[in-house]
Amino acid sequence: MNRTTILAALPQAVTKLDPRHLVRTPVIFVVWIGSVLTTVLAVLDPSVFGWGVAFWLWATVLFANAAEAIAEGRGRAQAATLRATRTETLAVRLRDDGGTETVPGTALRIGDRVRVVAGEVIPGDGDVVEGVATVDESAITGESAPVVRESGGDRCAVTGGTTVLSDAIIVRITSRPGETFIDRMIALVEGASRQKTPNEIALTVLLTTLTILFLVTVMAIQPLASYSGGLQQVIVLVALLVCLIPTTIGALLSAIGIAGMDRLVQRNVLAMSGRAVEAAGDVSTLLLDKTGTITLGNRRASELTPVSGAADGELAQAAYLSSLADGTPEGRSIVELATSLEHFGGVTSADVLASQGAEFVEFTAQTRMSGVDLPDGTRIRKGAASAVTAWVTQEGGEVPDETGRLADAIAGDGATPLVVALAAAGRAPRVLGLVRLKDVVKPGMSERFEVLRRMGIRTVMITGDNKLTAAAIATEAGVDDFLAEATPEDKMALIVKEQEGGRLVAMTGDGTNDAPALAQADVGLAMNTGTSAAKEAGNMVDLDSDPTKLIEVVAIGKQLLITRGALTTFSIANDIAKYFAIIPAMFVVLFPGLDALNIMRLGSPQSAMLSAVIFNALVIVALVPLALRGVHYRPGGAADLLRRNLLVYGLGGVVAPFVGIKVIDLLVSQLPGLS
Amino acid sequence: MSEAAAGLLSLLTLVVALVVVCVPLGTWIAKVFTDTRHWRVERVLYRVAGVDPEREQGWRAYAVSVGAVSVVGFVLLLGLILLQTSLPLRQGSDGMGVTTAVNTAVSFVTNTNWQSYAGEAGVTPLVQTLGLTIQNFVSAAVGLAVCIALTRALLRDGTGRIGNFWVDLVRGTVRVLLPGAVLAAVVLLVGGVVQNLAAPSTVTGLSGAEQVIRGGLVASQEAIKELGTNGGGYFNANSAHPFENPNPFTNLFEVFLLLVVPFALPRAFGIMVGDRRQGRALLGFASVLFGAGVGLTTWAEVAAASASTGSMEGKEQRFGVWASALFGAATTSTSTGAVNSLHESYSPLGGGVVLTNMLLGEVSPGGVGSGLYGIVVIAILSVFVAGLMVGRTPEYLGKTIGRREITMAALYSLVMPVLVLGFTGAALSMDGPRSTMLASGPHGLTEVLYAYASAANNNGSAFAGLSADNPWFNVTLAFCMAVGRFVPMMLVLGLAGSLAAQRRRPETAGTMPTHTPLFTGLLVGIALVLAGLTFFPALALGPLAEALS
Repeated sequence: MNRTTILAALPQAVTKLDPRHLVRTPVIFVVWIGSVLTTVLAVLDPSVFGWGVAFWLWATVLFANAAEAIAEGRGRAQAATLRATRTETLAVRLRDDGGTETVPGTALRIGDRVRVVAGEVIPGDGDVVEGVATVDESAITGESAPVVRESGGDRCAVTGGTTVLSDAIIVRITSRPGETFIDRMIALVEGASRQKTPNEIALTVLLTTLTILFLVTVMAIQPLASYSGGLQQVIVLVALLVCLIPTTIGALLSAIGIAGMDRLVQRNVLAMSGRAVEAAGDVSTLLLDKTGTITLGNRRASELTPVSGAADGELAQAAYLSSLADGTPEGRSIVELATSLEHFGGVTSADVLASQGAEFVEFTAQTRMSGVDLPDGTRIRKGAASAVTAWVTQEGGEVPDETGRLADAIAGDGATPLVVALAAAGRAPRVLGLVRLKDVVKPGMSERFEVLRRMGIRTVMITGDNKLTAAAIATEAGVDDFLAEATPEDKMALIVKEQEGGRLVAMTGDGTNDAPALAQADVGLAMNTGTSAAKEAGNMVDLDSDPTKLIEVVAIGKQLLITRGALTTFSIANDIAKYFAIIPAMFVVLFPGLDALNIMRLGSPQSAMLSAVIFNALVIVALVPLALRGVHYRPGGAADLLRRNLLVYGLGGVVAPFVGIKVIDLLVSQLPGLS
Repeated sequence: MSEAAAGLLSLLTLVVALVVVCVPLGTWIAKVFTDTRHWRVERVLYRVAGVDPEREQGWRAYAVSVGAVSVVGFVLLLGLILLQTSLPLRQGSDGMGVTTAVNTAVSFVTNTNWQSYAGEAGVTPLVQTLGLTIQNFVSAAVGLAVCIALTRALLRDGTGRIGNFWVDLVRGTVRVLLPGAVLAAVVLLVGGVVQNLAAPSTVTGLSGAEQVIRGGLVASQEAIKELGTNGGGYFNANSAHPFENPNPFTNLFEVFLLLVVPFALPRAFGIMVGDRRQGRALLGFASVLFGAGVGLTTWAEVAAASASTGSMEGKEQRFGVWASALFGAATTSTSTGAVNSLHESYSPLGGGVVLTNMLLGEVSPGGVGSGLYGIVVIAILSVFVAGLMVGRTPEYLGKTIGRREITMAALYSLVMPVLVLGFTGAALSMDGPRSTMLASGPHGLTEVLYAYASAANNNGSAFAGLSADNPWFNVTLAFCMAVGRFVPMMLVLGLAGSLAAQRRRPETAGTMPTHTPLFTGLLVGIALVLAGLTFFPALALGPLAEALS
């Protein structure tokens, strides 16, 4: 929040004085009616007090409007940036007869195929059906590093408005013009399609009931006061009513909701509805994919184990040579590990070996092993245990029994065993030993799961690994449960089972086969790199495609609800002090003894009432930053949160206005013309 | 023994007796309403009434049954009262006018027992026994049934069914109220309460004036009057009459009787929802408010009695200040409305406290059944406001408090204040009702406020000082009693319906705990703030203005 956003919000605040807009916020609408009434009364019977009350009631409405406008304004700034990318583009559409035609981007329909070459802007959302290209998606993600988009698989989705940097692709359009991802993003951050969430509606019901209750209370005062011999001025009754009804939360309610969505946007997460953000706070089961979320994407070699008397150095050398040309992260990690060992012979390079006539054997899905044939006839193979032992046997070698045992032991620890074998020229191959490839749990994960546990959230790890491996990693990472050898159907069944037990489930996904589960989950966070089917099915999209962010999303959902509850409590607690300011002021003329209730020793009845009204208006302004930022949220158990927040916002809400009204009264009572 | 020592000793005795009896009684009530078998007498009743006791009802059917029982009860009672002068056992009664009769019929059907007639003269022993005593049982059993239906709804996992009203009504009567009333009647008889059908005898008093002394089936009616938190006296003087309440022992026993079911219900609630701590939190809430009410009333009355201007005006010599204050606080905290002293003559603060006991909504611990469902509604409101502060959609005992639930709970808490403030304001601004007030100034305002608070909360005690037997008060008070009883009841059943239709969410570390002392404190705070904010202006112009001037 800065000076510009505030200044920009002021005209908005005035525009929002339109009663047709205000009627959606019943509490503020009542203040508006009170403002009109007091203004009329002040005109008919001018007094410093009358004008003072009228002025501050209008200020109350304006402050409420401004709070909403400031919250919207922050989104609007982001929308403007996005809109800049949505320039009119030309598209090269492929005709069915094989020819091409150039049409404006807005003329594209679902199913059209367009060709986009390097330097061009992709004209609409779609899936790559042919080719590979690097794409600059900074327009939507803010991330300047280009990403690879290719046909087939889970990285085929492209977003309109992003730019192809290299190569050419053919894209099949999947959205109508005006309904693209960017269009939806703009609508979301602007709050144009904002609807009240279920909890917001329930809270509005409560606030409206309280307003009616206080309306009855205030209306009943007049006959009671008249009986007691002192009719009250209407202006005084309006002032009392406005002070009693929950104006603070009424004024800030929509700002809190907008700001909650906005906090997600700032973390590059787009929630398709406020309902999803609220559901995030309620989540009690998190389904997390193992790879990329809990573990680093790649496994790393952590140990070499020789078998049947092979020397450590021999094994290290063989593992090293066989992995030299292997560009995969696993291969590189073997090279790193081997060179770090003390028995390691000597460093060379793939190019040097190749120039000496060595031939590298590439890894393929069929052979499931890779290796090298050296110029002296030595062959080295490294790969999946079953593949390499089959090769050894086939070439006439013997596989020692301990190979299988060691491989099982490694798998049992949740790691992957690779077997290394060597055949000297003209000799049968023999097994040298095993490489342990280990999943590396991201640092700090078990602490995060511990925090989640204290928040009452169960974490379930989803993995395609077998049960043994999954169990080992689950233990190491500290998740509560795991689903091994998971198929999309298993995942779906797990979600349904959790939901039947009354739990709300959150998950992340990117593949097309994740789509049904993403749709079923209460919070489905789709990765931006994922397919458009996945993005369509989820109710949130993470533009950074970081699955770990789900944990932050839950925290933001909770923070949103806490902010709402805290300000409601604060608002109601405030009323106590206002009564002690206004009631003695109203009736002290009738019953001088009631001055005993004037415990703040306020200057005069009129200054007391005016001070309460001014406090009521200013407290909205004072709490706008809190509403926009959200209350400080420290993850923890519900009991601790309740104790702390009740103390701060409940007790604080009782005490603060006593101080505030007294201070304001010290100034107001200096005004001339107040009695 | 000084009066203070005697008073404290009685309080101690009362607390011990309540603890000793409420524990097994709470367990028993929980068992009664979860029992799968029917007693033989109950099966006969179901067969006669043509009710299938195994068929559970949705909330609408349950509400229709509640309405049917109450409407039929009202019509029968009204008929009986209007025809009483033509029926046997008239014993010289003059009968009632139509508005008084309507007021009385509504009053007893709603468990209010506001009496705008003089007990012994207004109704014949036949009406006392066949009309009023039966409604004393039925109206209490209806309140109990609705409370049990709400409790059950919290347990249901998405079925939407909340039980069978007829079974709940019959079991509440046959297994709880009837045996309790029989035991209590015997104790009262032994204590000296009369029980006869003798004709009135005329004696000449010390002053030489003739006095008509009436008897009647007093002990039996007195028992259910207190046990069912009804409060309608056999005699006009209610529990200040020596035939209803002869001595300090019966006085303490009557206080015990009117507290015993309301204080046992939280335990039954805890057992039924499967977590006794939940019941204890609600019990704690009722106990704190009740303790504060007794303490403040006693303090105010003792202080007033010992001041130089102090008097025993309005209090029985037999009971003294302590026992009167205890009775006054207990009867206004339980929506009973029986009195053993004149609340009008209390000190301004003491009168203000008994009035506030009612304005809290009769939840400390409130009437049979109605008290507990009132407490649960406050718990739901508290959970909604404070529950958000733990970062989840608010839930109570695994049920989400969403729009429907909060609408019911909020409307529930709106009904009583609207009735009380609306009619008090109306009565005070009209010359007719104002001419029936005996006092003027703040005390007069308190009289009227008290009358409507008593009616809308189904308490039934009168501040006195208001000649309420006239068409305006008879009709408006009857309206307050009927609306104040049945609209909240229907809202509670609607709430029960939507709670029962929900699946239960499992409790996790992220669930707001609702069994802790902190939660009890929160409930007390919310109840006081809600009632305080609503009634502070009226209280300021009534008891507070009187006390501070």
